[in-house]
Amino acid sequence: MPELKIEVIPEGTVIDHIPAGKWLKVIEILGLTKPNGGTLLIASNVPSKKLGRKDIVKVEGRYLSEEEVNKIALIAPMTTVNIVRDYKIVEKFKVSIPDEITGILRCPNPNCVSNHEYVVPRFKVESREPLKLRCHYCERTIEGDEILGNL
Amino acid sequence: MDWKGRDVISIRDFSKEDIEFVLKVAERLENELKGKGSLDYARGKILATLFFEPSTRTRLSFESAMHRLGGSVIGFSSAASTSVKKGESLADTIKTVEQYSDVIVIRHPMEGAARLAAEVAEIPVINAGDGSNQHPTQTLLDLYTIKRAFGRIDGLTIGLLGDLKYGRTVHSLAEALAFYDVELYLISPELLRMPKHIVEELREKGVKVHETTDLEGAIPELDVLYVTRIQRERFPDEEEYLKVKGSYQVNCRLLKNAKETLKVMHPLPRVDEIHPEVDGSEHALYFRQVFSGVPVRMALLGLTLGVL
Ligand SMILES: Nc1ncnc2c1ncn2[C@@H]1O[C@H](COP(=O)(O)OP(=O)(O)OP(=O)(O)O)[C@@H](O)[C@H]1O
Ligand SMILES: [Mg+2]
Ligand SMILES: [Zn+2]
Repeated sequence: MPELKIEVIPEGTVIDHIPAGKWLKVIEILGLTKPNGGTLLIASNVPSKKLGRKDIVKVEGRYLSEEEVNKIALIAPMTTVNIVRDYKIVEKFKVSIPDEITGILRCPNPNCVSNHEYVVPRFKVESREPLKLRCHYCERTIEGDEILGNL
Repeated sequence: MDWKGRDVISIRDFSKEDIEFVLKVAERLENELKGKGSLDYARGKILATLFFEPSTRTRLSFESAMHRLGGSVIGFSSAASTSVKKGESLADTIKTVEQYSDVIVIRHPMEGAARLAAEVAEIPVINAGDGSNQHPTQTLLDLYTIKRAFGRIDGLTIGLLGDLKYGRTVHSLAEALAFYDVELYLISPELLRMPKHIVEELREKGVKVHETTDLEGAIPELDVLYVTRIQRERFPDEEEYLKVKGSYQVNCRLLKNAKETLKVMHPLPRVDEIHPEVDGSEHALYFRQVFSGVPVRMALLGLTLGVL
């Protein structure tokens, strides 16, 4: 019996195994907060075998691509994405950290040009475990809490 | 590698082959220049030097290089005299200036400014220093100086002395030297040691690294001693600073224990970290290093302009 804690959707994307409390950040990063976007069903603090507690976001009528969803890998590395068609899961994948992070993270270096000019911040992923990013502009590396604090 | 139109932003963008190629072209140009007095590869080309932060010698070195290639130069030497003061964005300044020129050299107080300029500009951009980040032409001219003095870089034992923690010059140089088969002595006060991640990177690349606070002990081992300034601001108190300053001054007494062939380098300007009594000795290579800036920058200007 699949855990159907919140409503079933006929078509769309189920974003599962989000760390508890992070659902709002997830929909912000994915740009799902727009008023004219599709219906979102959210379950927060759901008991989970893998995570203890987790959040789930269901996006009705939209199929998110792997590339899109990978943007949340920094805050929700365990996330599973399920594509639902005709009430059934037809595809399932895990998010993975992309080679380059664009747009969602601010550079913590106050003297970095990306904090002063009209540019999209960009980071190269230097290592995944532990996570280490290098700013495309100022070339500083950032790790751990510095990454989470600037999302 | 197609050099025409290429940007020179960070030594990280360079492979060993790129570095070797630039050094070879610089040597060729230096020899041609010696023979002919002046060259005309860049005739009709205009270099724009955008110095948002003053740096007399780097700017003059680039301007001299462009003139010696037969080109001409426009530009400004401080942001105070430009529309930046009126709040113009860097991107707009670059888009404007590139209408007047064929290649841009930029020095800017913010890290990443040269990278951004290169993204905005269609014409090549050369980084002459972006805040505390990169100054790739300095690194290339340092390598060129070493290569000209010894005929090679491989096999040398090189000491980097001074502020190894904050000094971008020594960081880039160390990273570039990691392409070669060198042994490095990192000589600094405890407080100003080379960042751990750079030391690890050097070791991973096979460089034999010695970290020490003892200049006297290291000096007999060295083929090159690269000296950088230690700034007063880095120390919590005056006493500590003076102690360190005293023990790291390069003078004739210290050099008595050095190899006869040891060369002393310094990115200049120096204050008192090298005593002027060293200037007349065979060890002093720092003015030759200044000279190297011109052929190396000629090579980079000529290559990126696609006129060589
Ligand atoms: N039609 C649907 N509408 C809405 N949610 C659905 C639908 N089908 C499945 N889900 C939800 O999608 C998630 C994954 O479902 P699945 O049946 O694959 O569970 P699972 O075996 O626990 O998978 P996993 O190993 O990824 O946890 C669950 O949270 C489930 O409630
Ligand atoms: Mg499950
Ligand atoms: Zn940055």
